[in-house]
Amino acid sequence: MDPRLITAVVVVVGVPAVLVGYIMATEQVLRIFPERLKPRIRPWLWLAPALAFLFVYLVYPTIGTAVRSLQDQLGTKWVGLNNYAWFFSDSGTLSALKNNVIWVVLLTVLTVGFGLLIAVLVDRVRYESVAKSVIFMPLAISGTAASVIWLFMFAYQPHGAAQTGTLNAVLTPVGVGPVPFMTVSNFSLNTILLVIVMTWMWTGFGMVIISAALKSINPELLEASRVDGANEWQVFRNIIFPLLTPTLAVVATTVIITALKAFDIVYVMTNGNFDTQVIANAMYQELFLNDDFGRGSAIAIVLMIAIIPVMAVNIRRFQAQEAIR
Amino acid sequence: MTSVAAPRTVAGAVSGGWRRRLGHVPTHVVVILLMFIWLIPTIGLFINSFRPSQAVQSSGWWTAIFQPSQATMQNYAYVLAQSGIWSGFINSLFITIPATIIPIFVAAFAAYAFAWMSFPGRNLLFVAIVGLLVVPLQTTFIPILQLYASIRFDLGPIRIDNGLNGQFLAVWLAHTGYGLPFAVYLLRNYMGGLPREVFESASIDGASPVTAFFRLAIPMSVPALAALAIFQFLFVWNDLLVALIYIGFSNTQNAPLTIAVANLVGNFGNGWWYLAAAAFISMALPLAVFFALQRYFVRGIVGGSVKG
Repeated sequence: MDPRLITAVVVVVGVPAVLVGYIMATEQVLRIFPERLKPRIRPWLWLAPALAFLFVYLVYPTIGTAVRSLQDQLGTKWVGLNNYAWFFSDSGTLSALKNNVIWVVLLTVLTVGFGLLIAVLVDRVRYESVAKSVIFMPLAISGTAASVIWLFMFAYQPHGAAQTGTLNAVLTPVGVGPVPFMTVSNFSLNTILLVIVMTWMWTGFGMVIISAALKSINPELLEASRVDGANEWQVFRNIIFPLLTPTLAVVATTVIITALKAFDIVYVMTNGNFDTQVIANAMYQELFLNDDFGRGSAIAIVLMIAIIPVMAVNIRRFQAQEAIR
Repeated sequence: MTSVAAPRTVAGAVSGGWRRRLGHVPTHVVVILLMFIWLIPTIGLFINSFRPSQAVQSSGWWTAIFQPSQATMQNYAYVLAQSGIWSGFINSLFITIPATIIPIFVAAFAAYAFAWMSFPGRNLLFVAIVGLLVVPLQTTFIPILQLYASIRFDLGPIRIDNGLNGQFLAVWLAHTGYGLPFAVYLLRNYMGGLPREVFESASIDGASPVTAFFRLAIPMSVPALAALAIFQFLFVWNDLLVALIYIGFSNTQNAPLTIAVANLVGNFGNGWWYLAAAAFISMALPLAVFFALQRYFVRGIVGGSVKG
């Protein structure tokens, strides 16, 4: 028998048993404490496993990476901010930075825009759930699979040959193509193509959240303004849109973070070639191609600093929610 | 709901139903066009996965619609037999199942403590955990890789004598840590919304927190637990980056499906035609989970980002 199967069974049965056993044991442990102290100690026993994981996998390594970013390739010498100076002067990482800006702006505009459009439109048709499933489906598959799907969409054959890619088959007869998608470098077109793949995946995310918010709007409110003579556009512009704004912000912050961390599609489709490099792939290459943990750490910290303002918005939103509860 | 809708239909019947319906035509056209655009890429892949290799290389997938007799299973037979896709599938299962189960247990304990126990610093600690939600995984890789490299232990069935990198255990634990902020956030919000009286009366009846947790909180939180399980399952199954970092380079034998498919793309000069079949195999399980449990999935997404 595959020894890994034994390991897997041990883990699947054993780990929950250990965890349940642990929580059961907490009451036994608490017995040794006086009654008065129990409610003060108990929560920490319940939190301990989660806090341990969070510390080992998120807190400690983030501090470690920040420290490591101030050291050289091998971690033997302190180099101050040299790795950051490299990041902001190297043409490769600067172009990754530029491409990430394109990712953030374009992906946010497209997913929020399409998400809003589709949520509003499907609200008016009877096959709403089917339409939503279709738009939402790509979010369930991996970035790797989505990349393969779109490699077939973008496929290119030289002029005269039968086109095998869907887009070139559409473009060639009308005289625009065939376009060698993914290998042309004008106007950051290749990065835009990768963002389109991500938009295909993430529009469903925006749609689902916006749709849920749309359904929570009191229909009497809309009906009242229609009775008062407002047309559909005015109802949307003056009532629906303002009420949806907080939700759009929620979608936007999540998508911005996703765009900043973009990796799979770039790694699979172009591996950062043809002017499509992004921060996450640059960091990966620094780690495993150049073996430079100092520079790799600096890239990761830059990425985190870019995300912090978005995180601040997220936490403030969370606290506002808590105030309502 | 019905009381609101009823007058509207009456009004619609009076003002002429057909004109109203005709006004919806542009809506239908746009919705159906968008559905079509969103479906085409997947349909193309699906059809190509059943086409003979010469056909895939010399003509587009749409030509196969007119010659369905060409359909063949040879691509699937080939990838499953030769290209590491089958072992990738098994590895993905090995990786995903424990990496889904462990964080749910750990998060449920913490969520219960946050929701129904009071202690100093509770809100601050919870906000700190929510804050960790957006720490990019990239900032954690290097110290954990180094930590893993130094680990040695022997527990009978689980024995590590050359560091954790390349082992399933490395990704199980990593995905648990990475998945916890969202899991705690989602479960705590759900458990916090359960009726207070239930827990108060249980406590008055002398039930310990452990009993209240297993007998009340867990059964009442099944929708949230299901949403979380689907979420974590899809996240881990679809993950490429974490697997590349902790397994990819040290042990290709343990590589999951995402890595196997990505590697096929790398040499697509000679594997182009069976790439479609490989990608479809990697999508099969997530799509099945998605279509069977879509409602929970949607609830997880909406609950995780809109409401408390």
